[in-house]
Amino acid sequence: MKEAVLYLEDGKCFYGRSLNIHGESAGEVVFNTALSGYQEVLTDPSYAGQIVVMTYPLIGNYGINDEDVESSRVHVKGFVVKEFCRTYSNFRANKGLIQYLDENKVIGIEGVDTRALTRHLRVAGAMKGLISTDDFDPRSLKVKLAKVPSMEGADWVKEVATKKPYVWKAEGQKKYRVTAIDCGIKLNILREMARLGIETSVVPPTTSAADILAADPDGIFLANGPGDPAAVTNVIATVRELIGKKPIFGICLGNQMIGLALGGRTYKLKFGHHGCNHPVKDLETGRISITSQNHGFCVDINSLNKAEVEAIHINLNDKTVEGLRHKKYPLFSVQYHPEAAPGPNDAKYLFGRFIEMMEKFTLKKG
Amino acid sequence: MPKRTDIKKILLIGSGPIVIGQACEFDYSGTQACKALREEGFEIVLVNSNPATIMTDPETAPHTYIEPLNVEFLEKIIIKERPDAILPTLGGQTGLNLAVELWEKGILKKYNVEMLGARYEVIKKAEDRKQFKQACQSIGLDLPRSSFAYTLDEAREVVKEIGFPCIIRSSFTLGGTGGSIVYSREDFDVKAQRGIDSSMISEILIEESIEGWKEFELEVMRDNKDNVVIVCAIENIDPMGVHTGDSITVAPAQTLTDREYQQMRDQSLALIREIGVETGGSNIQFAVHPKTGRMVVIEMNPRVSRSSALASKATGFPIAKFAAKLAVGYSLDEIQNDITRETPASFEPAIDYCVTKIPRFTFEKFPEAQDVLGIQMKSVGETMAIGRTFKESLQKGLRGLEIHHIGFDNKTDYRNIEEAKLLQRLREPNASRIFYIKYALQSGMTVDQVVEHTRMDIWFIAQMKQLLDFENEMIAEFAAAKTLSDKTLRQAKEWGFSDPQLAEIMDMSESAVRTLRKQKGIVATFKVVDTCAAEFEAYTPYFYSTYETEDEAILQNEKLTKAQAKGTTRRKIMILGGGPNRIGQGIEFDYCCCHAAFALKERGFETIMVNSNPETVSTDYDTSDRLYFEPLTFEDVMNIMDVEKPDGVIVQFGGQTPLNLARRLKQAGAPIIGTSVDSIDTAENREKFAALMDELKISQPNNATATTVEETAAAALRVGYPVLVRPSYVLGGRAMRIVYDEESLMSFIDEITDVSRGHPILIDKFIEDAMEVDVDAVCDGEQVYVAGIMEHIENAGIHSGDSACVLPPHTLSEEILAEIKEHTRRIALALKVIGLLNIQFAVKGEKVFILEVNPRASRTVPFVSKAIGVPLAKMAARIMAGEKLSGFKLPDIDRLGMVAVKECVLPFSRFSGVDIILGPEMKSTGEVMGMAPTFGAAYAKSQMAANQGLPKKGGVFISVNENDKRSVAFMAKRLHDLGFKLFATKGTAKVLRTSGVMVTLVDKTGEGHNNILTLIQKDEINLVINTPSGKKSQFDMRKIRAAAILRNIPCITTIQGAAAAIHGIEASLKEGFTVESLQSYYQRSSGPEQA
Repeated sequence: MKEAVLYLEDGKCFYGRSLNIHGESAGEVVFNTALSGYQEVLTDPSYAGQIVVMTYPLIGNYGINDEDVESSRVHVKGFVVKEFCRTYSNFRANKGLIQYLDENKVIGIEGVDTRALTRHLRVAGAMKGLISTDDFDPRSLKVKLAKVPSMEGADWVKEVATKKPYVWKAEGQKKYRVTAIDCGIKLNILREMARLGIETSVVPPTTSAADILAADPDGIFLANGPGDPAAVTNVIATVRELIGKKPIFGICLGNQMIGLALGGRTYKLKFGHHGCNHPVKDLETGRISITSQNHGFCVDINSLNKAEVEAIHINLNDKTVEGLRHKKYPLFSVQYHPEAAPGPNDAKYLFGRFIEMMEKFTLKKG
Repeated sequence: MPKRTDIKKILLIGSGPIVIGQACEFDYSGTQACKALREEGFEIVLVNSNPATIMTDPETAPHTYIEPLNVEFLEKIIIKERPDAILPTLGGQTGLNLAVELWEKGILKKYNVEMLGARYEVIKKAEDRKQFKQACQSIGLDLPRSSFAYTLDEAREVVKEIGFPCIIRSSFTLGGTGGSIVYSREDFDVKAQRGIDSSMISEILIEESIEGWKEFELEVMRDNKDNVVIVCAIENIDPMGVHTGDSITVAPAQTLTDREYQQMRDQSLALIREIGVETGGSNIQFAVHPKTGRMVVIEMNPRVSRSSALASKATGFPIAKFAAKLAVGYSLDEIQNDITRETPASFEPAIDYCVTKIPRFTFEKFPEAQDVLGIQMKSVGETMAIGRTFKESLQKGLRGLEIHHIGFDNKTDYRNIEEAKLLQRLREPNASRIFYIKYALQSGMTVDQVVEHTRMDIWFIAQMKQLLDFENEMIAEFAAAKTLSDKTLRQAKEWGFSDPQLAEIMDMSESAVRTLRKQKGIVATFKVVDTCAAEFEAYTPYFYSTYETEDEAILQNEKLTKAQAKGTTRRKIMILGGGPNRIGQGIEFDYCCCHAAFALKERGFETIMVNSNPETVSTDYDTSDRLYFEPLTFEDVMNIMDVEKPDGVIVQFGGQTPLNLARRLKQAGAPIIGTSVDSIDTAENREKFAALMDELKISQPNNATATTVEETAAAALRVGYPVLVRPSYVLGGRAMRIVYDEESLMSFIDEITDVSRGHPILIDKFIEDAMEVDVDAVCDGEQVYVAGIMEHIENAGIHSGDSACVLPPHTLSEEILAEIKEHTRRIALALKVIGLLNIQFAVKGEKVFILEVNPRASRTVPFVSKAIGVPLAKMAARIMAGEKLSGFKLPDIDRLGMVAVKECVLPFSRFSGVDIILGPEMKSTGEVMGMAPTFGAAYAKSQMAANQGLPKKGGVFISVNENDKRSVAFMAKRLHDLGFKLFATKGTAKVLRTSGVMVTLVDKTGEGHNNILTLIQKDEINLVINTPSGKKSQFDMRKIRAAAILRNIPCITTIQGAAAAIHGIEASLKEGFTVESLQSYYQRSSGPEQA
């Protein structure tokens, strides 16, 4: 265990102790307010390029198991907590969190006043930060951090998305075929779709619209992913070509891609939404879902043509847009995570809506 | 959906007296509901029999009825007030059961009263085990295997399939009454029968035992648009098998993965929908098999509960307040979160700390009862602690219990505990198990072994082991270096080690530790409980201490100072609360603390509340300007003092807890306001007090003080037996006894060495057959207002807290009353009392003796305040802050238009094997108030309210001791004339017959049909009058009393109580009862004066 510092872009330092991985690691520092689900957070590709601060102080309590992963590896650049658990307990666990971080060579620090850090990020906004166990000199830390690119304008998708296409089979009888453009897809999206009889072809983000349409899927899914959506220009262009041709459902980055493809713009939220307790209202039904969220960017609804696009979900905390629908084309998307993992399952009904949309489209096509 | 406009007047039923399983959490929820509904413009009709509640303050609702909580009285109130709706889900099980009964008797329909929150069918579906089971199965939820039985024969059939161990639960009871775990065939019949008997509908459920499984609770809220949120998940450290009220619990859940937690959440959502709770909060309990993860539903409460109070305090999400708003039509998204002011209530709190709740037990009060915990709740209070880590919150909680533990400490040397005892204390759940875990780990037992014995989750035990390992490291470090490094000290504080714990390790005084760490800059910092883990700005100053880098209390104070123009800064008054409830120190003191906060806030002070009890109104963040949820120890209070620097500190309202800290706080510079610490000492110190009484020429029973065993014996002899013996500085008559000879004196001294802790022993001459009188007064140092003189029903010798009393006094002469008033006035002035004062007198014949003086809030303050219509605690707080009595308009207490009777409620049914005889040691958990135009009717009401309603006809069994035989004859005659059939044992029967009273002779023992126990079982006895003879009660009599208690037959054990009961019976037969609201009564009383 070594002393460690988290140096923030604005010069503020927070101190803690590292576990077994030492050295330096930089990224955008964001806080997550979920009380459980650290394994899902760590393996969520959307966190690529970020240092995650957990606001719940006791992390690692139930260990790590083989099932609750959202991808094959840990994506965070660093993990900041109040206290890591030494003796975990859960009937499914097969290793401890500390061992898991070590295996994935991810720097984790504890002993940090994570509440003070969170309060600071809330007021000053999410910003770049550098964890170091070797260098405690603010001047040199500042120089090092300056070299790290900012989250705005950064294309992290290429770092995490699949390079080769693959198929995720339906559970039981295959009822629908969906092509998912991978930007960092969470496995639980695939699991949820499989449960509903969807076979998903996951394709790299570089796949062209023509290739996607050539396979004639029942629907197209636009996945979640990390970084600034505006930087992922090739996917935006692909999406633009696909709109109206097939039913499309997008989650998180997928929602932002749709917004951008429709000619809108996205903007960066001050400190984003990262947690499992955000109330979202479905404007069509009036129903409120408690949702799992993880995004730093948001679609500006005013930048879109009101005659074509409408907001279908809003966040009740800050009234930001949480979902879009095209008035003419079979297309809708949400900014949050109906697949949960971690978080509540309240919004799982949206996968059903995707199916309804695909069925309606097929029927129309005759 | 906005607020409903078709209803205007809402009836709210409280939960009645504080009993085990139903305490002041329902005052908190009811008060919150009243406030919320009044804010919305609804007219509230409030009914509760418990005067020591904030909800029954005349300001809380416009129509307040302090009346017995039964259908008869509720119907009278409904007829008088004609409410549009009833809100049954906020008054605990009592309120819910009453609403059910009102519906079943057709009363709600007859008077067109709508049930809000949960309809009758919904309550039945959740509470009726059979319907509940069907509901769960219909939505695919797993349950323990079980079957119902209504007779013993059926029960025997069922258990053949389920096997042992099994659990028996009886339907429609509160706090698990009648429930038990049965391990073998032999115990089964008795326990099954008890379960059938204690169910309102003679129904029991026999269930597969899931003892040892992990236990969880989810607090769920639903609105009329079908939006559902989970407020909090609570994990029990004590696994299944211990009532959740008796378990140490932690929030949030610690050992569930997100997947399992979401599964539990999904099941809760499905269940609340299936059961159909339309709006409001519910509590759902789950058990999880530790190895397989099998998850089963245990039960659901379709109402606000003890756990929801805990969840509210643990998260900052006010469940009861929101439940009330949902009941009148709002949806969750239409309600704003007070703490963030910008986000709606339709979210799930995120917390960034760990909360530990620890129950407080009272087995020391009932030595005959076994300290073993099971599925029937036995604890009388609880404390909650907040820390950034579990280790910190556990240690804070343990010291907050106020049972002389300074943390996860070493009160007993583990080397002195026999292995067999250690194993037994680990295996069998009990009040001190947590400490035995420490001893076990110290003795070398491994974490896995402790887990095996206790069946607690390894996560918790491993955390405890970390504490022990670190303690050992500190001991080693200190041994080597003769000091502890800054790093070690900081870590110790971060893990919740108290200064006294460090003092033990570092072999120095507590204050030296404090000085040392302050020098090193290791000071407590305060964080905010904000429902959102700092994601949004919090506006509600609700703090807890921890050892971190940033102090939000200081930041808030700086902001406040900046905002306020110079010179307009409000003066700060800090009020120290009473900590966990216990017998002798309960809701009455919290009531006083709340009143101090209300009154001072109104007068422009900034009020700061410090308390550790999650059940209370005082720990509602709405009660004071700033709330510190902290243990009430010197260290923790001083940490707050350092940050807040208050202008005044109030110690006289929170019972003995803050008083015990008073001297040290004063020495440390705390500006204690009100009666001086020296005056408090004069009243508590026997010698100083005796000297003062001599000076004032006020008679005291002969008395003495002793510090050693020999001195005590000599003193007793000098004073003359019988004597009353007790250690000084205790409340609620803890360890107090009347002894008649030296032998019993010696055995008693032996027993109390633990409680007295070096305090002197007090010996008083016990005046036999004297009447006891309680006085509550307020003094400003110059003037004295005698607010209430209460005549006890039971004679001196029975603790005042266990005694019924009447106000105004109904038998005392004018002369004696005048003398009592004069004594009170002179004592108050001599002690320079500023604030409240309570005095107990004994009156024997025409002579008045002083028994004790308490210059602080007393248990009777709420009762007196409500009887005379003057909020004494508020007045006293203002006087302590500098106002004068002359500034208040005070009624003449001799002209009350009503008689008020206070009766206590005893927990005997919870402790099998304990005799119900009263004595100088307080045993009651709560109290009720009966108000009526005559003493008889008021007394009868008080008995009904205490759930021991007097019979109007039937059989009365009389068996009294020699002394009482003279007086009982006349009473028996009156009972006979009133139409009762009398039964008596030989001695008593002889006396009665000599006096010409018709009586049937019965046997005390034996198997015959003429045996009293048989008669009780055959329901031929409706009242038992049994005064115990001599120093030790006879075995048969105990059996008779126990049988009466079991069948809920009123059992009177004093001759004075019997006399009062006969008054009551006469009144109920001849006068009948009326109901009147406090507001109407006050208007009537003060009417002539104003005219």
